[in-house]
Amino acid sequence: MDIVPDRFSDLLAIEPLKAAEIAFLLDQSVPFQEIQRHPLKKLATLRGKTVGLAFFEASTRTRISFGTAASRLGADVMQLQAESSSLKKGESLLDTVRTLDAMKPDCIVMRHASSGAPEFVASRLEIPVINAGDGTHEHPTQALLDALTIRDRLGRLEGWNVTIVGDILHSRVARSDIHLLSKFGCRFTLCGPAMWLPRELENLTTEGVPIRRETNLEESLSGADIVIVLRVQQERLHEPALPLDEYILLYQLTAERLRNARPGALVLHPGPMIRGLEIDPVVADSPQSCVLEQVTNGLAVRMAILFELIGHGSDANPAKDPAHAAS
Amino acid sequence: MPTLEKSQLMSATEIDRTLQRLAHEIVERRGGTVNLALIGVRRRGVPLAQRIAHAMRAIDGVDVPVGTLDITLYRDDLSMVAPQPVLQSSEIPFTVDDKDLILVDDVLYTGRTIRAAMNGLFDLGRPRRVQLCVLIDRGHRELPIEAAFIGRTVQTSDTEIIEVRLAEVDQEERVMLVDRVS
Amino acid sequence: MLLLRGGRLLDPASRTDATRDILLDGERIAAVEPPGTLNGRAGNAQQVDASGLVVAPGFIDLHCHLREPGGETSETIETGTLAAVRGGFTAVCPMPNTRPVNDNASVTRSILERAQAAAHTRVWPIGAASIGSRGEALSEIAAMQKAGAVAVSDDGKPIATAKLLRQVMDYCRSLGMPVIDHCEDVSLAAGASMREGPSSVRLGVRGMPAATESICVARDIQVAELTGCRFHAAHLSTRASIELVRAAKRGGLPVSCEVTPHHFTMIDEEVGYDTHRKMNPPLGSREDLEALVAGLADGTVDAIATDHAPHERSTKEVEFDRAPFGITGFETALSLALELVHAGRLGLMRMVELFTSGPARVLGMRRGVAPGEVADLTLFSTSHAWTYRAADSASKSRNTPFDGRPFRGAPMLTIVAGRLAYRR
Repeated sequence: MDIVPDRFSDLLAIEPLKAAEIAFLLDQSVPFQEIQRHPLKKLATLRGKTVGLAFFEASTRTRISFGTAASRLGADVMQLQAESSSLKKGESLLDTVRTLDAMKPDCIVMRHASSGAPEFVASRLEIPVINAGDGTHEHPTQALLDALTIRDRLGRLEGWNVTIVGDILHSRVARSDIHLLSKFGCRFTLCGPAMWLPRELENLTTEGVPIRRETNLEESLSGADIVIVLRVQQERLHEPALPLDEYILLYQLTAERLRNARPGALVLHPGPMIRGLEIDPVVADSPQSCVLEQVTNGLAVRMAILFELIGHGSDANPAKDPAHAAS
Repeated sequence: MPTLEKSQLMSATEIDRTLQRLAHEIVERRGGTVNLALIGVRRRGVPLAQRIAHAMRAIDGVDVPVGTLDITLYRDDLSMVAPQPVLQSSEIPFTVDDKDLILVDDVLYTGRTIRAAMNGLFDLGRPRRVQLCVLIDRGHRELPIEAAFIGRTVQTSDTEIIEVRLAEVDQEERVMLVDRVS
Repeated sequence: MLLLRGGRLLDPASRTDATRDILLDGERIAAVEPPGTLNGRAGNAQQVDASGLVVAPGFIDLHCHLREPGGETSETIETGTLAAVRGGFTAVCPMPNTRPVNDNASVTRSILERAQAAAHTRVWPIGAASIGSRGEALSEIAAMQKAGAVAVSDDGKPIATAKLLRQVMDYCRSLGMPVIDHCEDVSLAAGASMREGPSSVRLGVRGMPAATESICVARDIQVAELTGCRFHAAHLSTRASIELVRAAKRGGLPVSCEVTPHHFTMIDEEVGYDTHRKMNPPLGSREDLEALVAGLADGTVDAIATDHAPHERSTKEVEFDRAPFGITGFETALSLALELVHAGRLGLMRMVELFTSGPARVLGMRRGVAPGEVADLTLFSTSHAWTYRAADSASKSRNTPFDGRPFRGAPMLTIVAGRLAYRR
């Protein structure tokens, strides 16, 4: 605890963060993991604060996770859901967000189908903005909870061989995971159908870690310590779809294929899983699968982020000595 | 924040003697160490609790369990803390249900830290009894909270600060009275 | 009468680079002579001190959007041409994607009537190649030409099919009209907001590969060869396209092309999520930029055209992928071109050619500074230091990436039909 980074004002992306800042956020998540084990999980830490959830893209799991994180910290939650949003009536994103802002939340958690949308909003609002997923750009809290899961299971983040399987080109989870783990010297093999594996992915980060592309799943799993399986989106605008049977034939993670990886290799999945599509149920339920811990850790990480961004008053009152003021 | 030392209240030896005396007092008044556990309030309450438990082992031959409690999440005054409060974990490796707990902290002042500590404890379960042991009681209570076991009572004014230094945390060992310098 | 004294005349048509006095009489140039020799003839003409300035034929912008009729919230013929004249342009060619589309003589006439009443520069409309630019049926090209259109295009979109393009080109060849195409393969561009490459992958934005443009350029060149029609490729942005045009010219084909200032100034890495850097075709790679500059210098590129595309602020203040394409450009075009000159990458005479005789040739016209020629002149400084401020723009719109950019060199006086239309 020697270095306390400068106050985070938003959490928009993993890419600009330093390894020390990420480690700090993971450390700050540990007490919240602990709280999940209490019989009474509710704190009053953020009582009186309001968290605005602006989800312009349908999402049940992440929205519930952030909502629960806020309530367990004692905060109130303000919800905007895409289906009923005025965005459908032609109101611009900016106006929708300004309307939310006028109700004075302490922060906004935002998910949007356009890459760059949270950055667009954050540059125009005073309050902190947390990116809960923007287009195909980043999903910072997902990467953090994946990192926490890996750190807990394997003892450290440094130097692992990570294989990511799926539609990498269109995955914000993949990008955030690659940005985060590359800061800890991990090595990557990206695997999926060739049209979703452009060459530019090899230079995604400036960390200088090896990133290789491989269209053959068995080859890509060889030597892997960690396997991240991505969801398959059935239909994508502006893209001819790949027949699902093709995908299953070539890319489903089965127990037999998983044997190509290191023994005990971790299997992570951002959820929701489609058993029998991208992942064999046997693998999903095996001891190597981390999916349930990912969910619990997601709650802890999101609580830590909320605490970090809004869990303080204004700047410390200089008239009171912080160490001894309120003993 | 600039301060000016006014006087030394306790030396290393005096601290040690006081902790020994507190350990004896607790054991004596309770009639033993059965069902007893100590909870040190971070930061400096933790080494104090550990030392008291150590002293109790010498007295009674029993290992009294010690837990640590981080109260940051339970504070009602987060704005008073540094702009970026750093969380540590609480570690209480035993159940608090039905236990006789003694909260241990270095200085008792307004009482808010102890109120937060109690909120934290009661989130974990239902202790049978909670008592408070402090090294220094400096008065100026803002809540109806009292310590059952007190090392020393010191009259202070609002501009004064009690600084406790413990070897485990500060690499020196003494208690000082200092003045805030504006 | 107007006497311009002591300017440095750069006239590509006569390859003149010399200090000259120029006498203008009515709408024509009366005389061009060594300094001091025209004082007698000048009589009581208005005198303009042009010393320290370059005097060039009036600049022509082959590609712009004036939005009137139908889009007047973002620009009108009046405000657009005011911005143009401040940029040194004496004639502009507005594209037909107005509302209604300029696909028939009556719309063409109404644009010209409006221009007659309110424009600060000449306005030479480009008519739509197909009705509504829908890519199905030929529009009234001959009627539009009679009404004053100088070329056809379905800009905003490519001319939809090779078959339609062939018909348009066959027809235009007989009319002596050039066909201008916005070259784009629609299927590759669908849903894309920037150039496909390292930036688009990093930012998570759908991109269009460079081939999006060059596939269509190749198609258009072949149809031009088939028909013998003059073909002009609009706003080229890739190395591959430039190479195709270079080869076509070497083969003697009637092919020309233009490049915009933003494409020879910025690249895809500079875009980020800034909607003021979003246009179609999108900014290319470093390699593309170098090829464009080489093409500007070696004659492969015939014209610098702005593709001035004003958008009301609220339409650009949205998520990146939802923002419309386009940036303004009249007032910064010359200064950006001078950056290439200052960097030694483009000769000054060549630069003037790209703004004057180059575009004129595409339209089948002449531009020159000689007795009897039209009195359209652009006077500019190569050294005047200034900073472009979007807030001061004469355009109604502010969608530019160059706000706050310091420049060395600026348009100083613009003369249209013998009148002093702009003075800095």
